[in-house]
Amino acid sequence: MSKLVYLVPLFPLAGFLINGLLRKKLSKSVIGIIGCGTVLASFIVSLLIFTEVRKEGFQPVLVNLFDFIHVGALQISFAFQVDQLSSLFLLIITGVGFLIHLYSTSYMHDEENEHYARYFSYLNLFVFSMLILVLGANFVILFIGWEGVGLCSYLLIGFWFKNIDYSTAAKKAFIMNRIGDFGFLIAIFWMISKFGSVEFTEVFAKSSSTSVAVLTGITLLLFVGATGKSAQIPLYTWLPDAMAGPTPVSALIHAATMVTAGVYMVARSNIMYTLSPITQTVVAIVGLATATFAATIALKQNDIKKVLAYSTVSQLGYMFLGLGVGAYTGAVFHVMTHAFFKALLFLGAGSIIHALHEQDIRKMGGMKKLMPITHITFLLACFAIAGIPPFSGFFSKDEILAAAYEKNPVYYIVGVLTALMTAVYMFRLYATTFLGKFRGTEEQKHHVHESPSAITIPLIILAILAVVAGFIGIPEVFANDSHWLQHFLSPIFAASEKAHPTPVAAKSTEWMLMAVSVIAAAIGVIYAWARFSKKPELGEPQGFGKILANKWYVDEFYDTIIVKPLNAFANFLNEVVEKSIIDWLVNGVGRTVQYSSRQIRLLQSGQVGGYILLMVISLVILFLVEIFVKK
Amino acid sequence: MIPVLLIAIPLLSGLIGFAIKNSNSAKNWSLFTAIITLAVAVYGLTLDKKAPGLQFDAEWIFALGSRFSLALDGLSQLLTLLTAISFPVILIATYNTSYKNAKNFYALMMLSMAGIMGVFLATDALLFYFFWELALIPVYFLCSQWGGEKRIAATFKFFIYTFIGSLLMLVGIIYLYLHTANHSFALKDFYGLHATIAPKDQAWLFWLFFIAFAIKMPIFPFHTWQPDTYEQSPAAVTMVLSGIMVKMGLFGLLRWLGPILPMGTWVWGDTASGLCIIGMIYASLVAMRQDDLKRLVAYSSIAHIGLMCLAIFATTEIALQGVMIQMFNHGINIIALWIVVDLIERQMGTRKISELGGLAKKAPALAILLMIVALANIALPLTNAFVGELLMFSGIYSSEATKYNVVFTTTAAVCVILSAIYMLNMIQKVFFGETNALTEKAMDIRWNEKIILGVVVVLIFVIGVFPQPALEFTKTTVEMILTKMNFKN
Repeated sequence: MSKLVYLVPLFPLAGFLINGLLRKKLSKSVIGIIGCGTVLASFIVSLLIFTEVRKEGFQPVLVNLFDFIHVGALQISFAFQVDQLSSLFLLIITGVGFLIHLYSTSYMHDEENEHYARYFSYLNLFVFSMLILVLGANFVILFIGWEGVGLCSYLLIGFWFKNIDYSTAAKKAFIMNRIGDFGFLIAIFWMISKFGSVEFTEVFAKSSSTSVAVLTGITLLLFVGATGKSAQIPLYTWLPDAMAGPTPVSALIHAATMVTAGVYMVARSNIMYTLSPITQTVVAIVGLATATFAATIALKQNDIKKVLAYSTVSQLGYMFLGLGVGAYTGAVFHVMTHAFFKALLFLGAGSIIHALHEQDIRKMGGMKKLMPITHITFLLACFAIAGIPPFSGFFSKDEILAAAYEKNPVYYIVGVLTALMTAVYMFRLYATTFLGKFRGTEEQKHHVHESPSAITIPLIILAILAVVAGFIGIPEVFANDSHWLQHFLSPIFAASEKAHPTPVAAKSTEWMLMAVSVIAAAIGVIYAWARFSKKPELGEPQGFGKILANKWYVDEFYDTIIVKPLNAFANFLNEVVEKSIIDWLVNGVGRTVQYSSRQIRLLQSGQVGGYILLMVISLVILFLVEIFVKK
Repeated sequence: MIPVLLIAIPLLSGLIGFAIKNSNSAKNWSLFTAIITLAVAVYGLTLDKKAPGLQFDAEWIFALGSRFSLALDGLSQLLTLLTAISFPVILIATYNTSYKNAKNFYALMMLSMAGIMGVFLATDALLFYFFWELALIPVYFLCSQWGGEKRIAATFKFFIYTFIGSLLMLVGIIYLYLHTANHSFALKDFYGLHATIAPKDQAWLFWLFFIAFAIKMPIFPFHTWQPDTYEQSPAAVTMVLSGIMVKMGLFGLLRWLGPILPMGTWVWGDTASGLCIIGMIYASLVAMRQDDLKRLVAYSSIAHIGLMCLAIFATTEIALQGVMIQMFNHGINIIALWIVVDLIERQMGTRKISELGGLAKKAPALAILLMIVALANIALPLTNAFVGELLMFSGIYSSEATKYNVVFTTTAAVCVILSAIYMLNMIQKVFFGETNALTEKAMDIRWNEKIILGVVVVLIFVIGVFPQPALEFTKTTVEMILTKMNFKN
């Protein structure tokens, strides 16, 4: 079955082409069936592959499709790699992806036929790109998917292209990603020059015999790429703006595709990161800083999608913290649990937005009774992201925090504080939206009802997953060999484990750490519930809250120090250098030529006497030259 | 015989074209002969590289020792193929444009095609020079007769500029000629000079050729003729200039300058590379501030050509292969961009980005096709330009011809970001947002335009996904150029 892995990306590609090319001819139901069916087919193939991969002693399978580029000693094959890591991601992408497609059939139903088809074709292309990203057997194929998801996010964020703000957000996403890709590309060039190859097997094998300085450089550059794609400091600002797209797209970007790409890439190249301690420290600190920073912003946002967006940035920060401290399994585990609860949160938010046509939580309230299924699933997701046991987020986050403690207790403390904030902003969101009285208009209230089953079924499935997914990674303190995921992924991280064994904490320490983080989360939940269910924050924030509400003014800061100076400089080049200096010089040459030819023309006066005089003078000069110079 | 046909068909077509009375027949005649030329070029591809049909040699100017010798190798096949594809594409894409004195217009177009073909095929320096000028003259008339309002100033600048460059090159050619053992202009005799001409002479000779080529490409700071000329020329001529004629400069470096004067190239490589990089960043930044679509594409092209020139000086196999494939890619991609610009201008009567907007709603097919071409222009993976850029950058990074390889690569790669900025800005302002009074009336493109752009889009993806056959094609030529360029005295 692994040999047939090319089918997994092939189905969505076919769906993209069919819906894209025939968008004017197909009916909505056909479009929906093609859009969802292709991803479902990929999911089924992925499941079959997974059953094969999960067998004990499975060896990675390389499926070489064709020679992509072969110049001199450089050989880049268009090849897919099937192993534990890629097969796990295949399941997440196609599984969660399918649910989002299904959800979209209802959510986007009001669009015109043509745009409905355009939407699904982009969605399929998105899934296709992400599949290429995780399947690629070398950095170039990975990069194809990497830029592919960047393109798809651009297309989908700007889906409603008539709104110029939306297309600006789309553009921002693409350019921010490009800045990251710049780093990624340089890393690729470096690898080609250093290793003569970009194939994973070859690069990783040669890593252990490469100088730490080179590895540090390459890994840092790759990480620059990850900060763009996975929205880390300093390139995270595109993700909150990406809310401009339709809500299911946000779910897709935040859960199944795109932002997890950076985590996947680092996990994939884990050996290179393990061997460069400086990079690891940078990754851990950037991750932690992003987690905390984004959480503070999320505390004061009033747009339901914005809160979720910053929570994604924050949760991704946790994942990078995990990668930085060497808890690769923990990071991948968190990718998975996060995929479930974050998809659920966004789809739940979409369900409300669809019903109310409103995104400001200050104008919601009391949705508990109005939309019971949305309410209960959303609540479960909130528990999961807050890290309340036994919901899934608890297990994955706890694993990262425990590893962070072993590396540096400060990481742990900041991490727990952030977990506290997470609980506060999520339950602020929950309480303001679902509890209390309905604050919308009478007309809205009249129209609100629970969403149709194409929307609620994905919610229910995701809710179940968000609750139980943690059990595949039960910490060893509970029972021996209970961490199935760690066991499953161990071949991927074997080399790193060998180079740098993960320190195992004493059981008592681990109980203590767990207790502290659970208590912190519980405090957050209780505080926010009590604080916001009765009296939601409805006014404009003041003082420090205002700074948070304005996202620390980072966008304004970038605008002042980068965008404006760059534009001014470009203007200067265009207006001054190009027109007044270079062109002036060029035209100056022309003017001089014209001027001198006018002067020389005067010599041709038509008077024979003048010519003879000139001839004589010239002859004399010639003679003198002959006599004195040419001796 | 194939090289002769590639020149003779368009030449005769042009000469006969002057005599055709009816302007529609003149148009169809030149399109017909352009397609025949394409057929001949494609037939040439199928022949074995060593086949005698790919060479031609005859007496030309006996007194000077110059012969009429032509040859098709990987490099010239690539570029003649590009020329042969481009002309029919250009003629079809601008089929609906009507010109005054149309027969002269089409005849001159075909004459320039003959000249360009000759440039790529000649293996005799004097013949090369002859074609180099021959290609320029029809274009000069095309711009000055059928151009925009400020055409006279623009073409004057263009002509003087390139003419000065050509004269410098002529001096260089004569110098080399005088140093050949048997007073010959033959390429192979010139290739023998790399060891006999002292490095210090190679150093100044380098500039005689480089300036000529740099003006043609153009390389900063010799570029100011280009945006003006592109802006003022009729669309079809702009396509010829930017799609094909700029390649003459790159071709000159690869076929003549690099292999003949390796020491000179080596001495000045860093300086020339520096100019390329300054030009890339400079042109990308200036492109960000353009409101005229034509000028935007012109500056974007300067940045792309700068990268190709930079990659030539890297003298690695990877970089040169990248240059080869990219010369072709750049040709078709930029022609497609011009087609779109031309379509917009003909319909809307303006090229000002600030006056457009919301076209995606009115002309979705045009928007999709432009989007794909624009993405190829910024080298998105799986488009043709990604392959070229990946190879060129990797080759520059691993270059041993310079010790600044890392600085060069990282600085030049900033354009990867800048190009995304100006292209996406353009797309947003032209296609997204609400329509205005002007764009409200816009119609989507017609079938012939759809087909032509569709063909280019297919090529973009085919080369982007399966570049290997194209790379195989130029392999031996690249190896030959490299051995000559890497000669150290």
